[in-house]
Amino acid sequence: MEALYATITGVLAACGLFLALRGRTFPVVVGLTLLSYAVNLFLFSTGGLNTDAAPVIDGHGGQYTDPLPQALVLTAIVIGFAMTAFSVILAIRVRGELGSDDVHAGRANESRENKS
Amino acid sequence: MPLLLIVLLPLLGSLMPLLGSNDKRTTCALLTALAPAIAFGILLTQAGSVLDGEVLRFSISWIPALSLDFALRLDGLSLLFALLILGIGLLIILYTRFYLSEDDSMPRFYAFLMLFMTAMLGIVMADNLILLWMFWELTSLTSFLLIGFWYTQTNARRGARASLTVTALGGLALLAGLLLIGDIVGSYDMQVVLDSREIIQYDPRYVPAVLLVLLGAFTKSAQFPFQFWLPQAMAAPTPVSAFLHSATMVKAGVFLLARMHPALAGTDIWLYLVGLTGLTTLIYGAYFAIIKYDIKAILAYSTVSHLGLITMLFGFDSRMAVVAGVFHILNHALFKASLFMVAGIVDHECGTRDIRKLKGLWRYMPVTTLLATIASASMAGVPLLNGFLSKEMMLTETLDTQLLGGLSWLIPALAVVGSLLSVAYSLRFVRNIFFDGPPREVAKTPHEPPWLMRAPVILMVSLCILIGLLPAITVTGLIYAAADAALMASPPELKLAIWHGFNLPLLMSAIALGGGVVVYLLRQHLFNFQRQFAGIDPLSVYEGFMQAIVKAFQWGLDALENGSLQRYMLWLVIAVLALAGSSLMEVSSLYGGKALQPLDGILIIGAGITIFAGLATACLHRRRLISILMLSIVGLMTSLIFARFSAPDLALTQLAVEVVTMILLMLALFFLPQRTPKESNGRRVVRDVLVCTGFGGIIASLNYAVLTRPVSSIADFFLENSVPGGGGHNVVNVILVDFRGFDTLGEITVLCIAGIGIYKLLNRLRLFMPSSDFEGRPWSPDRHPMILATVSQSLMPMALLVSVFIFLRGHNAPGGGFIAGLVTAVVLILLYITRGVEWTQQRLDFQFQPIAVVGVGIAALTGLGSWLFGYPFLTSSFGHFHIPLIGDVELATALFFDLGVYLTVIGATLMILANLGKITTPHRPTKQSTTQKEPS
Repeated sequence: MEALYATITGVLAACGLFLALRGRTFPVVVGLTLLSYAVNLFLFSTGGLNTDAAPVIDGHGGQYTDPLPQALVLTAIVIGFAMTAFSVILAIRVRGELGSDDVHAGRANESRENKS
Repeated sequence: MPLLLIVLLPLLGSLMPLLGSNDKRTTCALLTALAPAIAFGILLTQAGSVLDGEVLRFSISWIPALSLDFALRLDGLSLLFALLILGIGLLIILYTRFYLSEDDSMPRFYAFLMLFMTAMLGIVMADNLILLWMFWELTSLTSFLLIGFWYTQTNARRGARASLTVTALGGLALLAGLLLIGDIVGSYDMQVVLDSREIIQYDPRYVPAVLLVLLGAFTKSAQFPFQFWLPQAMAAPTPVSAFLHSATMVKAGVFLLARMHPALAGTDIWLYLVGLTGLTTLIYGAYFAIIKYDIKAILAYSTVSHLGLITMLFGFDSRMAVVAGVFHILNHALFKASLFMVAGIVDHECGTRDIRKLKGLWRYMPVTTLLATIASASMAGVPLLNGFLSKEMMLTETLDTQLLGGLSWLIPALAVVGSLLSVAYSLRFVRNIFFDGPPREVAKTPHEPPWLMRAPVILMVSLCILIGLLPAITVTGLIYAAADAALMASPPELKLAIWHGFNLPLLMSAIALGGGVVVYLLRQHLFNFQRQFAGIDPLSVYEGFMQAIVKAFQWGLDALENGSLQRYMLWLVIAVLALAGSSLMEVSSLYGGKALQPLDGILIIGAGITIFAGLATACLHRRRLISILMLSIVGLMTSLIFARFSAPDLALTQLAVEVVTMILLMLALFFLPQRTPKESNGRRVVRDVLVCTGFGGIIASLNYAVLTRPVSSIADFFLENSVPGGGGHNVVNVILVDFRGFDTLGEITVLCIAGIGIYKLLNRLRLFMPSSDFEGRPWSPDRHPMILATVSQSLMPMALLVSVFIFLRGHNAPGGGFIAGLVTAVVLILLYITRGVEWTQQRLDFQFQPIAVVGVGIAALTGLGSWLFGYPFLTSSFGHFHIPLIGDVELATALFFDLGVYLTVIGATLMILANLGKITTPHRPTKQSTTQKEPS
């Protein structure tokens, strides 16, 4: 099972990076989101993969999983959403200002200014 | 203490000229001269005991961890140099007063000069290797400023740059060498190092150390093949040349040879390298001094030649050679500084430095002519002058050396050739400028300079004569003390006299004098001979080398930084791969020994769906809508994975975030092209796929390695203290709002800032909105579907109730501010979607920015509240309350903190989504109202 879990993280990370390397803004945003899933899964797994051991104290004793990675990942999920939102809206703004969704749109505009 | 004053007074002096101004030039000069004059006086008071063989030392602990002390010493060698630096420095200050024109900033020049003087004194008086090096680099820097004083001239800038490049590079080599020596000896203290000759020379690191130190010395003293910077530095104002390039800076290199002589000299490598480099430089410099036309270039090459002579003497395996070398340092400083000053006077009066344009100046300036003649004669080694004495000693030493075994006769022979050339260029300098027929027409009619401008020359030329006539009375003591320090042993008895009887050195001197005249008369053939080499010039080699370096780096920079963001990222990822991959290779086995958990069917199916959806997101990325649908599957599966592995809070959060993310991406897609054009060529795709596969492989391997290794974490602390310390059963929530509440406060602040940033980004944004989807189908005319509206509206109170429930129970069961906030936000967004912005805004008549800010404020105030009760920031408290009808309730102050989180999440999420949604509404196009197609 550990190997399967590791494969999921690896595949998601690879796909996320692939999209992040594209030349248009939207796939880059999607790629970053995918990458953040992979990172969250990785981070989460550092606490160990335990079944039926939610860290909610019920007074009966028993095993609990490590709550710390969960707390870290929880905020990471929310911040990750804020980051996705920021980058996608930046992309929209860039398209509105420069009329292109190419990641190098700003540079192309710059060199045009230099030439003129 | 006097030693410290000697070094620090000139430093103080560098501020003095700033008190003066360019208008009051004499005041400025006097103010500047004050500090070095006092230092000179102090030096003289110390001279007596030093001449008696005492070594004065002074030390303040500076950085003991680096064994770096601010340690100074004054022995014979330091005394000789300090006298030269301060004495000639004072004369230079006087000379400069008349040399600089009205347009030059005199305070600036004097400030640089004083800084340089400090650095130079520091070198010669340093009693610590690292300190010596620091002052050494300081001279490189200050000489850069001085050479580039006329920074508007290209030549000056180029000369300054060449000099800095060469000497600073040499300085770095010197540092490496000194560090090696310090490492060998175990101390950077000068005295300890000088006493450790055996330890150093038997160490295997001796050879690299001595090579590095010599590199430093040779670059500074312009030894072959580093000589080219010195003629180039002649673009400096003449006082700078007179000071730096005759008496001081270039002498720092030979000073280093003398200083390190006791510790490093005497080995074969030293003998050959130092002796032969010096000999080569001696001949090379002398030859080029004859054929140059610029009078300062003539002097520069003659300086190169004389520095070669001194270097050669320090290379010889003889004590007397060291004495001769030290003596020649003094003599050369005196006659060469005089000659540079004369060159400055000639330049000043005639407006040219080209020897072909000068002639017969003795009619205009007889006194200067006389002074120049005597100084040149001293340079040529004419008897009765000081230059003759040291040259005779040099010739005697060349006869004694056995450096080349059976071919050792070559050395005296070449020394005679060098002396002969030196006679020739000295003769040319004097005769072509001051005699040789009637004067030519020059730019302005020359006349004698003010007598104060001549005074320094007169003084130094007098010293030349005095030393030449009465060596035993004047300098023997000083030279003896200096040589004593350079040898760390008593030098052989010094018998300086004009007449030693008829002997071989005298014959050699005679040959040099006679031959020099002959060479001078036949110089035209030499010029013709030289013409065929016009293209080859060390300076152009240097410039070409520098250009090549710049080009190579430019090429590398262009190759790496071509402006492609993808490439930058690729390089980063490749770097990560290399670092992480190489570390993984060192692990013997990826499997860490922990018992593996069994697989079951549901896990395999779930994993299959996740992997498939992830791959589909990437593969179908050009069809953006499908791509984000696939992404949402990954998100939902992630949520299930969290739920499966005991993380209910994470599962809930992920689920809620997934919903808002999808709404966000759908909205964004409305404003962006629906499809990505095919741009990447096959090669790029293959490259990316390879790198990404490697990246994924590394991540997976790391994750597997982590998962199969037993962990010992700090989890137990949280699990044990959650209920007694935080008053909550849901440990994750207690960590968020209590144990690590400060982190959470930071995070919600970031969330709030991101929301405000997005709000500003969307402000006044005018976007093109397509009237149909990418296949040309118009949007549905039914904007607010009835069923959706009805269902969502009836769901709304339920959903809000659920969110409040999730919020309240968060401390003890899965839930909490983050999740509840997201649920509430989703409910409100649903309202926007189903009823439209206008309808919703009429009913929800408030801004979202304040909600987020208030949320952060509540969280922060909750934290501050604990101060009121004398507890640290963000301490929480809890208790059980009995509320009628509801029953026994456990409440914690952390609930207020969580309320802050809750409000911030709602505010930020709605700021993002509602504002983005808003820009779609004001004039939403229909198929009829717009005819233009989307540009793609």
